[in-house]
Amino acid sequence: MAIKILTEHINTPGIETFDVYRQKGGYTAVEKAIKTMTPEEVVEEAKKSGVRGRGGAGFPMGMKWGFLAKPEGVPRYLVCNADESEPGTFKDHHLMKTIPHLLIEGMIISSFALGANKSFIYVRGELMYVIRILEQAIEEAKAKGFLGKNILGTGYDLELIVQPGGGAYICGEETALLESLEGKRGNPRNKPPFPAVKGLYQSPTVVNNVESISNMPWIINNGGDAYAAIGVGRSTGTKLISASGHINKPGVYEIELGVSVEEFLNSDEYCGGVRKGHHLKALVAGGSSVPILPAHLIMKTANGEDRLMSYESLSDGGFATGTMLGSGGFIVFDETACIVRNTWNFSRFYHHESCGQCSPCREGTGWMEKVLHRIEHGHGSMHDIDLLVDISKKIEGNTICPLGDAAAWPVASAIRHFRDEFMWHITNPHEASQPGAVYQGEMALV
Amino acid sequence: MTESPNLVAFTPERQEKVKEIIARYPEGRQKSALLPVLHVAQEQWGWLSSEVMDHVASLLSLEPVEVYEVATFYTMYHLDPVGKHVIEYCRTGPCCLMGGEDVYGHLKQRLGIDAGQTTADGLFTLKEVECLAACGWGPVFQIREKYYMNLTNEKVDEIIEELSK
Repeated sequence: MAIKILTEHINTPGIETFDVYRQKGGYTAVEKAIKTMTPEEVVEEAKKSGVRGRGGAGFPMGMKWGFLAKPEGVPRYLVCNADESEPGTFKDHHLMKTIPHLLIEGMIISSFALGANKSFIYVRGELMYVIRILEQAIEEAKAKGFLGKNILGTGYDLELIVQPGGGAYICGEETALLESLEGKRGNPRNKPPFPAVKGLYQSPTVVNNVESISNMPWIINNGGDAYAAIGVGRSTGTKLISASGHINKPGVYEIELGVSVEEFLNSDEYCGGVRKGHHLKALVAGGSSVPILPAHLIMKTANGEDRLMSYESLSDGGFATGTMLGSGGFIVFDETACIVRNTWNFSRFYHHESCGQCSPCREGTGWMEKVLHRIEHGHGSMHDIDLLVDISKKIEGNTICPLGDAAAWPVASAIRHFRDEFMWHITNPHEASQPGAVYQGEMALV
Repeated sequence: MTESPNLVAFTPERQEKVKEIIARYPEGRQKSALLPVLHVAQEQWGWLSSEVMDHVASLLSLEPVEVYEVATFYTMYHLDPVGKHVIEYCRTGPCCLMGGEDVYGHLKQRLGIDAGQTTADGLFTLKEVECLAACGWGPVFQIREKYYMNLTNEKVDEIIEELSK
């Protein structure tokens, strides 16, 4: 059995309550951290653990904490990013609703480490029922002396606030999230200054993902070195993977980083294989924004090595033959899936979610959606394929925030690996635009 | 349909709730309460009329436009009257892979309306939304705070029947 850092107790009845969570060793890390360690020592353990931002960017969390400015007399803030909205990703949703005290314990430890006395959990507004679960858990923790004034008699004060969003993917971008938390439209800010210097209310702020913060109790209990010993290379620890699409067992799985894609996909411990009677055609390994790969390139790298579920292995080969771990949104496509239709769907998503601030993204996402719509519906021309590549290149890297890149990559990668399927739509418009029609030409299925 | 409110005031319980929300933030940062308070307002009136938004603006000492620009940016806020149950149907990729488009077609047929419309009896409004972070349990729709998952045509019929009672 692989090690479970986040989900060991997730199926314990009553784990959402303080008492059961406590019986299972909950809140011992808070006691250890704030009673026996200095904030600097907690930061040091986070650095040693090598844990990387689990929201998608993969930036080392301890290093991010190290950037926090600490001017005298200015409050500092910790904001947890629980605006999980990347298509294919539902791990934070699952974690917060099943074991809310884990995140709260992680928030207390992390807030202490950063010297924050008021911290926020920004949850996407659609998850109002999860917000109520978190608020209930916060009340319990407060009643037991783990939150509020003078926590456990140490003199440390912390107030935890759960903030609902209003339905906007862009608020998962950390500066858009801060704007939203200030009661404004979710328009990402220009950087610099970075949030570590000027964040919430122009004060130094750290924004971390739910899963990243939820690792902290284990890291404090067992040490950063023990965490770093799990996983492979610079992909330390475990990762929650949200598995969806054409598999036998969709759901959220905690893996040790470094298991092979093949094992994750086919083992009964995880996805249980592509659904019965079907074959793998393509896979998106890290949420809708990362490049889609055809079956043969997701199982093996271009060099013929086994592809692993790790930051490095998934990106092996760059965008020519690789992809990214991203948020761990693992979307599986069998031979019945139409790549053109899916690309159009994702494009529509990014067009809908563009905040409209930067013209390459505002105009480009809509343009790509329109061109993909006409190809899918039998009105495309050969010129459209290169046009899409051209637009995607002009969006990528030319916007304030990464939404532009996130919109460009799925389109560019779909054309890179499935150009024949796009061409088939264009040369067989009548057939291709029938409901459920899928390209049956030569392609490598696994 | 919920009528546009003539007299705009939160219920006493919600007034308390709004006060509690405003008190969460540092002094002078009461604008942070805007999104949560708009959710409370929508809970009470079903949608956000300009009277309601103006009322929220005055409670938070904001210019009305500061409320309008937020309410129009975020997709969860309804800016027109809605039916008793607003069905927010996920139309994003992973749900579509699980047959989301077919089930959606069935739902539209069953209700006899298209996205953005409300049934004649005022019971249901249909709204298309993007990914609800429940992709492993798709197809999915949401009504208020409740997620309805692993939808099939039969399940949709049962839900509509139940809510029509």
